[in-house]
Amino acid sequence: MADLNSMSAGTESGLSESGGEALPEARSQGKMVLRKFLRHKLAMTSLVVLVLLTLAALIIPIFYPHGYWDADNPSYVEPSADHLLGTTQVGKDMLAQVLRGTQYSLLIALTVAIIATLLGVVFGALAGYLRGITDSAISRLTDLFLIVPQIAAAAILVKVFAGSWYIVAIVLALFAWMPIARITRAEAMSLSQREFIEAARASGAGTGRIVFKHLIPNMVGTITVNATLAVAQAVLAEAALSFIGLGVQIPDTSLGLVISENYEQMQGRPWLFFGAFTVLVLISLSINFIGDGLRDAFDPRQRRVKA
Amino acid sequence: MNLVVYILRRLAISIPILFIGTFLVFCMVAAAGDPLGELRTQPGVSQESIRNLEAQLGLDMGIVPRYFDWLGGFLTGDWGISIAQGANMQPVFPKVMSAFEVTIQLVLAAEVIALLLGVAVGVLAAVKQYSPIDYIATTLAFLFFSMPIFCVAIILKMYGIDLNIMINNLGWDSWLGSPFLKTTSPESLSGGDGFFDSIIGYIGGLALPTLSIMFISFAAYSRFQRSSMLDTMNMDYVRTAQAKGLAQSRVIMRHAFRNALIPVTTLFSVNFVTVVTGAIITEKVFAWNGMGTVLVEAVNKNDPNTLMGWIVVIAIAVVVANLIADLVYGILDPRIRVG
Repeated sequence: MADLNSMSAGTESGLSESGGEALPEARSQGKMVLRKFLRHKLAMTSLVVLVLLTLAALIIPIFYPHGYWDADNPSYVEPSADHLLGTTQVGKDMLAQVLRGTQYSLLIALTVAIIATLLGVVFGALAGYLRGITDSAISRLTDLFLIVPQIAAAAILVKVFAGSWYIVAIVLALFAWMPIARITRAEAMSLSQREFIEAARASGAGTGRIVFKHLIPNMVGTITVNATLAVAQAVLAEAALSFIGLGVQIPDTSLGLVISENYEQMQGRPWLFFGAFTVLVLISLSINFIGDGLRDAFDPRQRRVKA
Repeated sequence: MNLVVYILRRLAISIPILFIGTFLVFCMVAAAGDPLGELRTQPGVSQESIRNLEAQLGLDMGIVPRYFDWLGGFLTGDWGISIAQGANMQPVFPKVMSAFEVTIQLVLAAEVIALLLGVAVGVLAAVKQYSPIDYIATTLAFLFFSMPIFCVAIILKMYGIDLNIMINNLGWDSWLGSPFLKTTSPESLSGGDGFFDSIIGYIGGLALPTLSIMFISFAAYSRFQRSSMLDTMNMDYVRTAQAKGLAQSRVIMRHAFRNALIPVTTLFSVNFVTVVTGAIITEKVFAWNGMGTVLVEAVNKNDPNTLMGWIVVIAIAVVVANLIADLVYGILDPRIRVG
């Protein structure tokens, strides 16, 4: 939240202006948003859950007696104090697999969201501000990427570049920026009509300065919300791709791959499925709730803070 | 007449995008590896038959002539041959089309149910905002929305198996068939000769995969419908309708509901690819031989013609879905009627 604060503190107009209401007190937009978000119980609970999950995935493997690589355990041990989630067919400890899968799933999803947001925001802001030929070119590019099915293109590209986790992340991001670009374009179009952009132009600011110093900081609400939701979508997209075997490849892993390898044991050994499943749903559910809380926090019309 | 012109114009705009798109994908597929790599290392395959295959796949040409060769064939209905089964080659067109038929069946069934249910629940949740119904609908929507589709499918499959056992124990299998809910690909959907039997066959065969796909779309539609319904309920014209004393049900259905359907129509077209992808993944869990199986096989075997056919079929389906959404806009809002 730190840089979010500083970014919007400099541009007081912000989103609060678009609501057409005067601020009740002289507070910066960043502080208002933070206050509203902190009071959003569901979003804060989700944030705590997500942080705890992340910490668990990073810290528990240090102390846990079974490594993810260790396949010396007996096959299909039932859950016990020693193997909390049992072992897989090849004798790997399931909890160790789930924790490592969580690390990779989070890492991939974050990378996808960052790249997709950067691409989407830059393309969208340029198209919305410059209009004309730039806008047509970028809009056609958006259509092009929307028409090519992500799953097939991603599967082929992952194969071309041999699927390390970062390849999967980059490829998924290549096919995830379009919605963000469209939203940003629409907002950039309406913002460029406003006086402060005209003022900036009149004072001689170039395109780069206007887009990066004036337009984008004023869209910080929309961008943050959509970036957050992009993380949740990326978690699911990566899991789906890995589940059909066209995503992350061993020795890397992810929750989707862990589920894919073990779900057929679901009937007799449900713990081999439900561990990874629960973590996956908790991650995407909590990110979606955080996104929802951010949306409410950034929305100046939203006075009532829902539980 | 105007409508026909509009549809043709819309399709014409998509053609250059499809053209550039297919060329880029073609290059990507070509870069994915040598389609004959496996065959070359196999003993007992003569140099001559390899050269024949190379000529048939156009591998002896540069990428640009090869693309136009493919395009020419594609436009005249010859989509090339599939090399996924090694030397035993099949034409791509019937292969991709029969797989598409399977997948689109799932997608359409799921989308129809999801739209009806999602819109109904969304309207109800908006009209009764902050009521228990609203909270339950919101919670369920968030839960389904955050669930990976294959997990929903896996769980439904497990309960489907349990339910089948229950049906057998109750002795209902004599008229529902055994197993009633097919957890693997049914050989044919119509279960029997009679009308009743074939209905049972369809329901049992489609139920589990359709429900898996439906849940996630339902979540998105109900959320969207709820928020757009809330937006329109706060509009001036709705307040006017209420003020002039119209019955609340009439205000909701005639004034608010119709306009609130527009954002959901947008979502339908944006969501279409997601649903098709969902169907592809669901197929794996239920072992259906649809687009999912074809894709995985084609990627693993470097089968260029099948990949191209696959991608173009999906891309055209997306264009058509967008067109349908645009036409529905016109029906819903006369101001944006086409012409």
